[in-house]
Amino acid sequence: MAEPIIDMRNIEKHFGSVIALAGVSVDVIPGECHCLLGDNGAGKSTFIKTMSGVHKPSAGEIFFEGKPMNFDSPRDSIDAGIATVYQDLAMIPLMSVARNFFMGNEPTRKIAGISFFDHQKANDVTMAEMKKMGINLRSPDQAVGTLSGGERQTVAIARAVHFGAKVLILDEPTSALGVRQTANVLATVDKVRSQGIGVVLITHNVRHAMAVGDRFTVLDRGKTLGTANRGEITPEELQDLMAGGQKLATLEGSLGGTV
Amino acid sequence: MTQTAEAAEAEAAEPEQPPVDERVKERSKFHQALIRPELGGIAGTILVFFFFFLTARDSGMFSPSGVLNWSIVSAQFIIIAVGACLLMIAGEFDLSVGSMIGFAGMSIALLSVSLGWPVWLAIIVTFILCMGVGALNGWLVIKTGLPSFIVTLAFLFILRGLTIFAAITTTNKTIVGGIRDVAEGDWLAPIFGGKIFTGFFQWMGDAGWIETFERGTRKGQPVVEGIPMLIVWALVLVIFGHWLLTKTKFGNWIFASGGDARSADYVGVPVNRVKILMFMFTAFCACVFATAQVMEFGSAGADRGLLKEFEAIISVVIGGALLTGGYGSVIGAALGAIIFGVVQQGLFFAGVESSLFRVFLGVILLLAVILNTYIRRMITGEK
Ligand SMILES: Nc1ncnc2c1ncn2[C@@H]1O[C@H](COP(=O)(O)OP(=O)(O)OP(=O)(O)O)[C@@H](O)[C@H]1O
Ligand SMILES: [Mg+2]
Repeated sequence: MAEPIIDMRNIEKHFGSVIALAGVSVDVIPGECHCLLGDNGAGKSTFIKTMSGVHKPSAGEIFFEGKPMNFDSPRDSIDAGIATVYQDLAMIPLMSVARNFFMGNEPTRKIAGISFFDHQKANDVTMAEMKKMGINLRSPDQAVGTLSGGERQTVAIARAVHFGAKVLILDEPTSALGVRQTANVLATVDKVRSQGIGVVLITHNVRHAMAVGDRFTVLDRGKTLGTANRGEITPEELQDLMAGGQKLATLEGSLGGTV
Repeated sequence: MTQTAEAAEAEAAEPEQPPVDERVKERSKFHQALIRPELGGIAGTILVFFFFFLTARDSGMFSPSGVLNWSIVSAQFIIIAVGACLLMIAGEFDLSVGSMIGFAGMSIALLSVSLGWPVWLAIIVTFILCMGVGALNGWLVIKTGLPSFIVTLAFLFILRGLTIFAAITTTNKTIVGGIRDVAEGDWLAPIFGGKIFTGFFQWMGDAGWIETFERGTRKGQPVVEGIPMLIVWALVLVIFGHWLLTKTKFGNWIFASGGDARSADYVGVPVNRVKILMFMFTAFCACVFATAQVMEFGSAGADRGLLKEFEAIISVVIGGALLTGGYGSVIGAALGAIIFGVVQQGLFFAGVESSLFRVFLGVILLLAVILNTYIRRMITGEK
């Protein structure tokens, strides 16, 4: 098995008296899609935020490409080649799509030695990347606040795909997407993976996880319930684990197996 | 009959048009213009000039010296408005601007007149001191997570108190004069207190293009000697601020920091650095204001700059910026400042009781905020 790009060992995170993570170990190898699954409040978002430099782990070690790494801010992880789609998307409603797309990574162009924001390039790239994701933007100048929830999510995904050089983290990226866009995102994950990028995918949808996942790690109340490889676990088993180990059987009966 | 012909024509022409997204309802030009932050400022400026042109044309308001009069006042407002504007877009306020103006002026006066330092050194040290206080403001806001409103309100009192204290204990007065004498021959002082194009104005005066003094010691000199550096500073700051905000990477960070600091942080915008730098820039602007004022008056007063922070904020809001941050324009803020200056001086020229200025101010502030809120809803699609 290849060397992991990022190896998180026994990560703990405490918020005051709340223990959000109580020792979680996950590694991501190049070219795989590692699915993180688990109940609401299990600690998935908290975990990926320690990976993307938003939270400093209270304890535990992070190895990036084999070297111990300490991300002081999201900037550090972005510079290392990690891009993230956060659950709340990290978009600024008052700013245009293009400005949001390049926020923190603005393209510049030098005129007479002075560095200018290259609006033309920003607009062109934004439109092109959004088109690839199956969304025709009306205009790159449109404020993100006027986009639909799914469109907004797509901008965040397109942005992360564009800047995620080594690791792409997606926190419930398809929660607001239509059928076509969801298929697009899953296809994008597949494509990105084939380019040797490590993908971390958080989802509540077992079918999506099964469709693209190579490994599945289930979190429950701040701990790992275990990691399974593709083909070693059935969707039903995964579903039970995701519900925090509680059988969904009783529920499933009344819902007619639709969950 | 003609109607159908027209329709047929339109249909025939259709395929040649570029593909337009069918979901985009043709927005009226007016609607599009409305979502520019400067719109209120532009409309207000036109309105104000129109009004005073009708009511105060014969009062000398539009004579060369009249124009200079309201230009200087407007330039003063512009200088502090540019700083307040960028800071507000970055999501913060600075209520200590007025006190900072008093503090900076007194610092220059005490260092140069009382301590006998060269004026240039006094000015430079004062700038460093003030920008240090600005950085402290920013640092406290970030470290404590308190609203900047509270932190800078504290500095409003701290700086004012320190200014009066320093003036009283060292000179026993609250006004320190004699700066003009010590500034004689200084290389830095004219950058704030000097005038440019004096030769050109003298030439215009000689040629009879503008009025000259008819008697007294300045006989033969034009009534307007030149463009005060204050106006040059205002122009330079507006150009710099506009460029920084709209044409640079850093400008995007300013919008992002004010729009949603957390989101901006998540994608790698150095929000803290942006905010601290904007506090420092606001302090810089206050310092420019103070230095120019001290050089013009030849004295510093411990009570200078009173209420300037609000005047700056009002100019910015009239200029279309949102109080909640993340949206606004430097050009708009400058227009807001011009409206402010022109109305204040215009009422004087028109012979209107000056207390009415405050009434006007309150009303226009209210209108501006209502308009801005409406515009915000339109941009974010809430409406
Ligand atoms: N900043 C914070 N301060 C205090 N507690 C927090 C903080 N962030 C997360 N928590 C707590 O940590 C736990 C894990 O939260 P987290 O957001 O990681 O869950 P999640 O697995 O992403 O859930 P979901 O599926 O609903 O997104 C929750 O109990 C939450 O209340
Ligand atoms: Mg979550």
